[in-house]
Amino acid sequence: MKPLAPISNAARVALGILFFVLFFAAWGYATLGGYVSKTFLADPLTMVEEGWLLLSKHGFLADIAITIWRVVGGFVLAAIVAVPLGILMGAYKPIEAFFEPFVSFSRYLPASAFIPLLILWAGIGEMQKLLVIVIGSFFQVVLMVAISVGSVRRDLVEAALTLGARDRGILLRVLIPAAAPDIAEILRLVLGWAWTYVIVAELIGSSSGIGHMIIDSQALLATGQIIFGIIVIGVIGLISDFLFKAANHRLFPWSFP
Amino acid sequence: MSKLLIENVSRTFPGVRGGAPTRALEPVSITVGDNDFVTILGPSGCGKSTLLRMVAGLDIPTTGQILLDRQPVADPGPDRGMVFQSYTLFPWLTVAENVAFGLREKGVPAAERGRIAGEWLDRVGLTAFAEHYPKQLSGGMQQRTAIARALANEPAILLLDEPFGALDNQTRALMQELLLGIWERERKTVLFVTHDIEEAIFLASRVVVMTARPGRIKSEVTVDLPHPRHYTLKTSPEFSRLKAQLTEDIRSEAVLAANR
Repeated sequence: MKPLAPISNAARVALGILFFVLFFAAWGYATLGGYVSKTFLADPLTMVEEGWLLLSKHGFLADIAITIWRVVGGFVLAAIVAVPLGILMGAYKPIEAFFEPFVSFSRYLPASAFIPLLILWAGIGEMQKLLVIVIGSFFQVVLMVAISVGSVRRDLVEAALTLGARDRGILLRVLIPAAAPDIAEILRLVLGWAWTYVIVAELIGSSSGIGHMIIDSQALLATGQIIFGIIVIGVIGLISDFLFKAANHRLFPWSFP
Repeated sequence: MSKLLIENVSRTFPGVRGGAPTRALEPVSITVGDNDFVTILGPSGCGKSTLLRMVAGLDIPTTGQILLDRQPVADPGPDRGMVFQSYTLFPWLTVAENVAFGLREKGVPAAERGRIAGEWLDRVGLTAFAEHYPKQLSGGMQQRTAIARALANEPAILLLDEPFGALDNQTRALMQELLLGIWERERKTVLFVTHDIEEAIFLASRVVVMTARPGRIKSEVTVDLPHPRHYTLKTSPEFSRLKAQLTEDIRSEAVLAANR
């Protein structure tokens, strides 16, 4: 193998699939071969079977739907405020000086540690789930957007100035379009993190959702269901990532090679 | 009549972390007449780009003042179009939209913008690339677009900061002819910064030679070659004489710059 040498598309897909095949083979070998106790780890076949039961008999699709709704709802709420605030912080240094220390501090507050407080404040309803996600993603988005807007190429701003752009023009027609692909990338990244928060929120105080199903399955020692739940989360994450990337390519064709 | 007056303009950059301040430019005075093409020739780091940036309003003189049409320059503005050494086309806009950028900031209606941008793209030979994005263009094409973008705005003066510095020799020669052709037709006032002696002579009606840092004006040479100028001019005896003279002037400065 030569460093950085490209490979064909077919080889790339084949290698990617090969990993999953080996992964399931190793898992199957360990469990079906009797090397690992069924109590601790279900075999792949049981996992698929229990997953099918979950979907067909136990209304797991409703759980999936409600979890997706929570993630998207909380994430959109956070982004609606965080993106404009981040843009203003990146563009205007006094606004940045005002908010930055607090936001940097808040960013390190673990969203999951707020769950007990949020249960006190907002109960165990939907509002509490949404708030966990908002707290978990808001500050991250603000800071990263501020950095991306603040690091727009200075010479582009100068070129715009010599072409007669004033403050508003610089903000609306240079800083925002220049940072837009970065901002879309940031949202894609943070959406991935929001998935972690929603599951944690559902594990602690919830009567529905993927996280709730997982904690219920633990009580029943149904490791197959737990693994199925985790795989469903992974697949949804993969799909949302793919959709986000496709949207970015359509929206910002100029920023991709 | 003088279009641009640079009077005793100097620039000192404050010291970094308590270090001594850097004197980038000693007080210089330059007068650029209306419709004049003046090149500023100097070794790297002589403060020639700093001077141009101050004319553009992107940097502020430590002393002295700059007057354009008798008005003091304080901020950047559309009356001073600038072409940078780095590629500064807006990557999210097409070539035509880039050329129309300044017009849009001025509030020119879309149809009018399209017409003017089209004219300028025609003049720099890029009509076929109007709908391309900058990343799809070669370096020479990008700089042609940048020149069209600056001129579409109808600036009182065009400032160019080593615009062809990153291009290969052949492309650079073609770009010089293109720019000169535009100047011969439009007779814009132009201030052009370069470290390339041939380029400085070929384009200019006057060459201002600067010393190594801190930059001062070392000499001023009038270039009395007839227009329109053809590339074969570069091999003429008169051109060679000027080149020899400027080479002598700039060489001692380059030696100083290299040994520091």
